[in-house]
Amino acid sequence: MTDITRMTATQIAELVASGETSAVEVTRAHLDRIAAVDGQVNAFLHVDSEGALAAAREVDARRSAGEELGPLAGVPVAVKDVLTTKGVPTTVGSKILEGWRPPYDSTIVQRLRAAGTVMLGKTNMDEFAMGSSTEYSAYGPTRNPWDTDRIPGGSGGGSAAALAAYEAPLAIGSDTGGSIRQPGAVTGTVGAKPTYGGTSRYGLVAFSSSLDTPGPCARTVLDAALLHEAIGGHDPRDSTSIPAPVPDVVAAAKLGATGDLSGVRLGIVSEFAGEGAEPGVLAAFHEAVDTLTKLGAEIVEVSCPHFRYALPAYYLIAPSECSSNLARFDGVRFGLRVGDDGNRSLEEVMSLTREAGFGAEVKRRIMIGTYALSSGYYDAYYGQAQKVRTLITRDFTAAFERVDALISPTTPFVAFPLGARTSDPYQMYLADLFTIPTNLYGGPGISVPCGLSDGLPVGLQVMAPTMADDRMYRVAAALESAVGTLTPPQL
Amino acid sequence: MTTTLPAYDEVVARYEPVIGLETHVELGTNTKMWCGCPTDFGGEPNTRVCPVCLGLPGSLPVANKAAIEATIRIGLALNCSIAQWCRFARKNYFYPDMPKNFQISQYDEPLCFDGYLDVEVNGETVRIGIERVHLEEDTGKTLHVGGATGRIHGATESLVDYNRAGIPLVEIVTKPIPGTGALAPEVARAYVTELRDVLRSLGVSDVRMEEGSLRCDVNTSLNLPGEEWGTRTETKNVNSLRSVERAVRSEMLRQASVLDAGGRITQETRHFHEDTGDTTPGRSKETATDYRYFPEPDLVPLAPDPAWVAELKAALPELPRLHRRRLQQAWGLSDADMQSVLNAGAVELIEETVAAGATPAAARKWWLGELSRRANETGVELAEVGATPAQVAELQGLVDAGKLNDKLARAVLEGVVAGEGSPTEIMGARGLEVVSDTGALTAAVDEAIAANPEIAEKIRSGKVAAAGALVGAVMKTTRGQADAKTVRELILTRLS
Amino acid sequence: MAAISREEVAHLARLSRLAVTEEELDTFAGQLDVILQAVAQVGEVAAADIPPTSHSVPLTNVLREDVVTPGLTPQEALSGAPDAEEQRFRVPRILDEDVAS
Ligand SMILES: [Mg+2]
Ligand SMILES: [Zn+2]
Repeated sequence: MTDITRMTATQIAELVASGETSAVEVTRAHLDRIAAVDGQVNAFLHVDSEGALAAAREVDARRSAGEELGPLAGVPVAVKDVLTTKGVPTTVGSKILEGWRPPYDSTIVQRLRAAGTVMLGKTNMDEFAMGSSTEYSAYGPTRNPWDTDRIPGGSGGGSAAALAAYEAPLAIGSDTGGSIRQPGAVTGTVGAKPTYGGTSRYGLVAFSSSLDTPGPCARTVLDAALLHEAIGGHDPRDSTSIPAPVPDVVAAAKLGATGDLSGVRLGIVSEFAGEGAEPGVLAAFHEAVDTLTKLGAEIVEVSCPHFRYALPAYYLIAPSECSSNLARFDGVRFGLRVGDDGNRSLEEVMSLTREAGFGAEVKRRIMIGTYALSSGYYDAYYGQAQKVRTLITRDFTAAFERVDALISPTTPFVAFPLGARTSDPYQMYLADLFTIPTNLYGGPGISVPCGLSDGLPVGLQVMAPTMADDRMYRVAAALESAVGTLTPPQL
Repeated sequence: MTTTLPAYDEVVARYEPVIGLETHVELGTNTKMWCGCPTDFGGEPNTRVCPVCLGLPGSLPVANKAAIEATIRIGLALNCSIAQWCRFARKNYFYPDMPKNFQISQYDEPLCFDGYLDVEVNGETVRIGIERVHLEEDTGKTLHVGGATGRIHGATESLVDYNRAGIPLVEIVTKPIPGTGALAPEVARAYVTELRDVLRSLGVSDVRMEEGSLRCDVNTSLNLPGEEWGTRTETKNVNSLRSVERAVRSEMLRQASVLDAGGRITQETRHFHEDTGDTTPGRSKETATDYRYFPEPDLVPLAPDPAWVAELKAALPELPRLHRRRLQQAWGLSDADMQSVLNAGAVELIEETVAAGATPAAARKWWLGELSRRANETGVELAEVGATPAQVAELQGLVDAGKLNDKLARAVLEGVVAGEGSPTEIMGARGLEVVSDTGALTAAVDEAIAANPEIAEKIRSGKVAAAGALVGAVMKTTRGQADAKTVRELILTRLS
Repeated sequence: MAAISREEVAHLARLSRLAVTEEELDTFAGQLDVILQAVAQVGEVAAADIPPTSHSVPLTNVLREDVVTPGLTPQEALSGAPDAEEQRFRVPRILDEDVAS
């Protein structure tokens, strides 16, 4: 039998369901792989071997008892450390939560359990999901399995790297400005940001509440769709959760895999065509556009004039919300406390705790947000950013009157070397140039590998109207059927 | 600081007060505002909590429908417009009793706005404008340890219990109330009293000021006649109706003394002290935090369906003022009589006593007479005096049936107040029933006639007025348990 | 012109309860200045008649029935607390007495 860790989730689930292999065997194989390679990658912050094996045994017991198993039963999954896991450490990549074991499970994690998947552990991320390289993790950077001197993208670099390093066939990410799609692109994996409200945020440690969207990461489009289906759908504990069934993303991925896109109109955003992207990225993108045309898609150019304001609007809205969301990290009810020597006041202890517990990027964003929400600046900054959000939404709505989906490179550049952008925060922000508009609009987006540039993966992004997540899966699966999956060099 | 305060009469002769009231009411819902934790009092610390009301990372709020409904009903009862679309906002400030370090509140889009409440002061109706009614969440309770007084100053540490954190809290803000002159303190009190009665009639809160389910902040300013309104102060910690009145009065006196001395009023928060009756400064508003309000992104807007609002409006109970007017008519009381019922806090008690079968006159007689006297003597509210409307009605029933006379009934009531049981039980246990057995009475009458032959002779000869002495004698031998009128008739029959 | 001064950064840090160092103040002042100048571009959009969007979901009136649901035990509630006493969360002495509500 071939190496289990090289299989897709779909294949693993079939083997487990048929009894050809056991969930415990599958889990052991992945735990062994983690033990062998994670020293080089640092994708995991916490590996829950015991919990994983217990979950695997339960799946095997259910199978033996003749119970019908779900389509992902027995498949290991790595979970970004932004989601609470009852009794299992949850740090959000921050010192301020070091050692915290939440007393409750996030909805996504509950649904993963219910689906019979096996949670291997928690993956590394930029602290509080703020970053595009995973270098802002308080627990050291994750490295890109394609080249361990390069970044794996961020903030969900740990989840993407775990997939690319064959440590897990499935992973969960969260996407606030591109944190699923951009790591997917630079690691040659698939990452989907569902429609905002299509996946529950309950138990997702908030960065920017109106933008945060948990979603699936995988090595194939179909696997991503299966995971999307397992975790998606209405959750009454999240007021912003959409009370409608998940679009049939699995059927769409299967339809796309036939390689036929006839009748599908795809739009290229003219504002993204030339600007900002590396030549190698553009070349790979244009080749993919040719491929899509060959598959039957009609390509048209559309203009979204306000997309150029998406990045500045995002870097006002997200910090504003984060400055408030992160106020609860004060050393009173959970997490770190620093400086409580019996003499200092609560105010001093809070300030010392937050100073010691947060990294520089988090502090910068908290201060930017505090500034943007201050009464004297609110209208010019936060208020204006919200109007830009309206204009961007109108751009999308107008575009989707003409096309079924929009396509673009996922990210302007391939994986850059560690340390290349950390000294200039704004340069780091540019990594999300193409992914951010979707978050402001609330629609779904997916990144699928479309080729290489200088031996490094390039991703193509498909953006669809809200609640039309199935459309992007069809396009992505069709491209995948033509391009194939990308295999990184051996670690 | 010892300053001699000016006399109140002089102050109101020189200055015009403007007051304003901000009232917070804890709603009596089953569960908290954003989570399913129970709201009941008296639990051990941190036993009514969950990830949401502890503000744990990842938790999210979901609004309680009953709280929204209660707020709309309050708004309607206060003649407010109900927003067709509004949002919650985050009010950001750090304080350990607030788990998220922001309060979910409402800012520029309150659920209810622009209403009024009519209150009566000295027989005059004063219309109090209502600026807004909005919904927010309460905080936890902090216990200060190590200080001598259990207060924050001097404490070495504090202990926080989040059982109350997240209880739905309705904030009701009046428009500024000018033009009340010397009556300002009474108007403030009358407003809070009326508001409390309205909230009680709606059944949305237990409105107990002492327990903190109704809390009041009082704004006060003074200005010279014809000039602009003065700088206002906000007095917090006003926890009884009496304190509302005292706080306004004391702040008027204090501000007048500052102004008289050529000083300026600082816009600030002040704390009212129940013991001394005066206020001391808190944080100055000038250094107050910028709350950085913004729309709460974890919640979606509220857009109450007009049909729903109309339904709630149609189902509102009769409001206290109209209700009182209707009762006054039904009871046939003059304005002055109704006023004394109101002053005694006896409206509901009389109403329930009547509902239990007594006549309005009888019910009023007991509550305003014997029971009010007892409440005054023991220093408790009339409702807490120890007798229930049902018991009073039962007592009156015994009187009406001729089983008790007035004097006996008072003795029975004494037993009721002492908690000895129902009037009927007490009458039996204490042997207080009127002697109605004519055989026994006739014997007692005959005995009295035999013992007082001279008086009996006078009566026989037509001096009917002399019967009184014999009645007294019979009452004495029956220990007051005979009906005096019956005794008199019996005597006259025997001696005719 | 700098969008933000070192003093303003110090003020923001205080408001945000961050005990930043002198050295950080210098670094942050420079970085925040770059960021704020860049994001100020949102001001270029003439948007007087444009309504703000605070949320992308077109939902209203998401309400919960008033029914008690199980919460945490006090042990679970306090399990992550840096310090606890008498089943309560212990904090150092509080300086600021005022509570807004
Ligand atoms: Mg308030
Ligand atoms: Zn709760």
